[in-house]
Amino acid sequence: MNVSYRWLKEYIDLSGIEPKELAALMTRGGIEIDSVPSRNQGVSGVVAGLVLTREKHPDADKLSVCTVDAGTGETLQIVCGAPNVAAGRKVPVALVGAKLPGGLTIKRAKLRGVESQGMLCSARELGINDKLLPKEVQEGLYLLPEETEIGRDILEVLALDDSILELDLTPNRSDCLSMIGVAYEASALTGRKVKLPDPSQELNASTDKASDHVRVSITAKEHCSHYSARYIKNVKIGPSPLWMQNRLIAAGVRPISNVVDITNYVMLEYGQPLHAFDAAKVAGGRIDVRLAREGETLVTLDGQERKLEPHMLLITDAEKPIGLAGVMGGLNSEVTNDTTAIILESARFDGGTIRRTSRQLGLRSEASARFEKEVDPGRVRDALDRAASLMVKYASGLAAEGAAEAVVSEAAPAVVTVTLDRINRFLGTSLSSLEVSTIWSRLGFHAKGTTDEEWQVTVPTRRGDITRDVDLIEEVARLHGYDEIPTTPIEGPTTTGALTKPQAIRRELRALLAGNGLNEAVCYSVTSAGRAALFPALNGAAEGSLAVPLAMPMSEERSLLRTAVLPSLLEAAAYNIARKNSDIAMFEIASVFRTKEAALTKLPEEKPRLAFVLHGNRTASAWNRAAEKADFYDAKGVLEAVFERFGLSGSVTYEAAQPEHFHPGRTAAVKLRMGGGSVTIGYVGQLHPDLQRELDLGDTFAAELELAPLYELADSSIVYQALPRYPAVERDLAVVVGREVAGEALLGAIRSTAGELLESSRVFDIYTGERLGADKKSVAIALVYRHPERTLTDEEVTEAHGRVLAELEQSFGAELRK
Amino acid sequence: MREKLEELRREALERLQGVADPASLNDLRVQYLGKKGQLTEVLRGMGALSAEERPVIGQAANDVRAAIEAVIAEKQEAFDRAETARRLQAETIDVTLPGKRPASGTVHPLTKVTQEIEDIFLGMGYTIAEGPEVEEDFYNFEALNLPKNHPARDMQDSFYLTDDILLRTHTSPVQIRAMRAAKGKTPLKIICPGKVYRRDDDDATHSFMFHQIEALVVGPNIRMSDLKGTLLQFVQALYGPQTQIRLRPSFFPFTEPSAEVDVTCAQCGGHGCRMCKHTGWIEILGCGMVHPKVLEYGGYDPKEVSGFAIGMGVERIALLKYDIDDIRHFYNNDLRFLGQFARM
Repeated sequence: MNVSYRWLKEYIDLSGIEPKELAALMTRGGIEIDSVPSRNQGVSGVVAGLVLTREKHPDADKLSVCTVDAGTGETLQIVCGAPNVAAGRKVPVALVGAKLPGGLTIKRAKLRGVESQGMLCSARELGINDKLLPKEVQEGLYLLPEETEIGRDILEVLALDDSILELDLTPNRSDCLSMIGVAYEASALTGRKVKLPDPSQELNASTDKASDHVRVSITAKEHCSHYSARYIKNVKIGPSPLWMQNRLIAAGVRPISNVVDITNYVMLEYGQPLHAFDAAKVAGGRIDVRLAREGETLVTLDGQERKLEPHMLLITDAEKPIGLAGVMGGLNSEVTNDTTAIILESARFDGGTIRRTSRQLGLRSEASARFEKEVDPGRVRDALDRAASLMVKYASGLAAEGAAEAVVSEAAPAVVTVTLDRINRFLGTSLSSLEVSTIWSRLGFHAKGTTDEEWQVTVPTRRGDITRDVDLIEEVARLHGYDEIPTTPIEGPTTTGALTKPQAIRRELRALLAGNGLNEAVCYSVTSAGRAALFPALNGAAEGSLAVPLAMPMSEERSLLRTAVLPSLLEAAAYNIARKNSDIAMFEIASVFRTKEAALTKLPEEKPRLAFVLHGNRTASAWNRAAEKADFYDAKGVLEAVFERFGLSGSVTYEAAQPEHFHPGRTAAVKLRMGGGSVTIGYVGQLHPDLQRELDLGDTFAAELELAPLYELADSSIVYQALPRYPAVERDLAVVVGREVAGEALLGAIRSTAGELLESSRVFDIYTGERLGADKKSVAIALVYRHPERTLTDEEVTEAHGRVLAELEQSFGAELRK
Repeated sequence: MREKLEELRREALERLQGVADPASLNDLRVQYLGKKGQLTEVLRGMGALSAEERPVIGQAANDVRAAIEAVIAEKQEAFDRAETARRLQAETIDVTLPGKRPASGTVHPLTKVTQEIEDIFLGMGYTIAEGPEVEEDFYNFEALNLPKNHPARDMQDSFYLTDDILLRTHTSPVQIRAMRAAKGKTPLKIICPGKVYRRDDDDATHSFMFHQIEALVVGPNIRMSDLKGTLLQFVQALYGPQTQIRLRPSFFPFTEPSAEVDVTCAQCGGHGCRMCKHTGWIEILGCGMVHPKVLEYGGYDPKEVSGFAIGMGVERIALLKYDIDDIRHFYNNDLRFLGQFARM
């Protein structure tokens, strides 16, 4: 809502309060005003003038030479290029020495050899937003009405000596979508009284009654609580007075004609949208408010045919729909230049109904915006009468007496009870009864009480947002001043703040991964169908799960919820590689989404995941070391560090796997022992070279894991193990086996055959070479034997070691390497 | 014999004086003090001495040995010192060259800010509540006093999945879930961090996905002054003890009264600068007293309890904290950006 300060002064005395001060006061009171632009963009020395003569410029086709009376006592000669300049028109004249927006100063000048003593101005040259003006005026001079006084300062003529308060209203304060509502707010803040217009004075007498011409009924009683109409005949369509046009322009509304301008003017003044029908086009003098029927259509004022749906509210005459209630009138009942009698509508439609229709049809207007937020039920008739009085005055109409009305429910002000104790306890204040009473009266709320510490507050209908005691308490708080409320500590028992186990694990994970050189990424939760389908092993497709699409995506790229984290990280990796950051170690912890339902009826599953990617060098080259390329074992090592940190090293195994889009020879399923079985909780591996090529990536190693099993099984308990008191014996073993034999298989066999004396075993070298044969490899393993209670004898170790070798020979065809 | 010993001492000390290297020193030690050395030789002749003479000469011989040993030790030490010095010299490296750093990564700036805020509230006795990012309309809107067709829903254009399921537009639905889970127990003190989604065109200051943290307190006598006290405590922990707050009345459907909160600009201390657009104040959060309807939806009786709620955008706080010019940096994951958040 754009509020003209000058116009506002009509309803409240603002002397001594500058526009900026008022804006600050209102902002502190809860009506945010971000800027207070002046309507005068730097105009001075411009007056209204009359073009006396207009001749063609002797040397320029598009220029005219005019003589102008600007009230200066002499006739000015001014050269002008506007197409609409004509003798007898009144126009803004910038005199020599005048200043225009943008710092332009008018000087005496010669234009193509002809002297010009000033300049005739367009609206834009005066800094006026000419989008609201007719096209003819946009392309030429700002034409002033005939009755404009010659020589009068243009700032006065066009009411440019004004500031606009740009209200940024919250949805609850629709009362301030009107000049009168803003005046009430200013009154509450300043303590000055509101002056309301009195329409009854200006209505001339007419012998016939509105009900002689129009009968009104409401069929859709749920959707319209009050409909009133006045009948005005003898109207003459023409321009509205300049002062009204000035105010409409100040508020950002386009002036059109007296009848339309008056409905808009009163809407701005009262917050009540009005509509004028051409009475001659309303069949049977009947108006009914009803819901649309299946298959009905209506051509709205903008010329578009609208397909109506049964939830849409209509204004109908005896035969047909003539308007889409609260949203837009019908073309079939439009007021035109030939209109002589109008039916003026003022009604209260249900906000939700109007909102639904206007959203569905994409038709949002000043009127629908007000209806959506519920108009003041107490002013439906006042606004109608006010408009009627202006029609009489400015459209030379004759108003039939009274209004034709249908009322479903009378406007009843809410009565809300609140006590001083409740207010003070709720706010933590110690306000007195007098302080609170003063606030009621400044708000214009009538309050009475059985004691002076309890009030039954009658809330005017304009403040429909106030229905409960807390709403009143808010009014007290904001008028008393939020800054005046003390600061206190919470009373009551102390509470302990602590992280839940999953929260603690996530924090630990982030710290661990960052500590291991990975950077945390945050990617969007929505993705494209292509990326969601990339890794069937990760996206739940194997279990028949589906991705969840958005109903109305903003783009194909962001059309459904991601089913895996890895595709987002690959996107981030590609983004970095394109910027020459090709050494990448990046992780993300986030939820993925999926459902088993083809059509969603309940919330989809949300599963927390950890994913990471490694690309390029794991270690950068430096003066004292060579670069190290990331490989599978770097990725696996990260996982090992994770499981180690959460006490799960012993429960995890890695099995070669060939999930789609991963390198078939360099990928492992990560399995966690849980619930008596072994469950795949994720994968670690290299991307398939084809995919790497497709995504413009080099060798990329990645992993993605479910976190829920970690949350469940993570074990942070630490029990001290006594340090060994007897020496260990270390024996190495190198065996030649087939290339396909898994290292973990050898180690497993060793562990199960060596017996209790074996403390640890680890592979310390793998050798392949021609001497062994292409299908063979040599695996060197270090075994550590120890007895907890005594020193081992050589025989014991040799015996165990021999068993190990025998087992490897038997199970894997291993040969001891000499 | 005494003369012989004296002669030995004189000769040995004289020759030791001229020794220039450890090998010659060792030769001399063998020559004089070794098993077949000259001093041993002399002492061998002691058997021929009388009982009176023997201790005297013995003493004299020991003196000579001690004197020679002392000089040898002194020489040896000098040689050792020189040798050490030589070795150290040879081992000298260029300490100005860069060291070998263990690999280190970073947590995301949004995580850093979130954890910092979480820690402040954890210290104030709050726990962290979480909820789904895909929500039911009921939790996201209706239970927060935003019925269907309520004009305030325009404040948050949403991504719907179906008519009743959407991406949450704020973390407030977690408040409802947490209240219901508390089954009427008080005090309830929680914060709800998480991702939220709004249908917004992305630009330097808007993102369709962003992060919020909300705080909720419900108890038998929670006052608006407690809200102010909590806000002050929080912002002073976040921005320093000199920070002040300013509340402006505002509107949220789920709180009444509602307020927007400005803090004194941390950049200029409230004097006015580019960051605070020369006002000295920066708007960082919204808050209010929990609306009675919301308490009812949460299973509380608004006549018995009251509460307050605070909500803030993590991105906004991070943008201000790190002076970042474009919100999209947070989601591009450019390593040159992420790498800048390595400090504590």
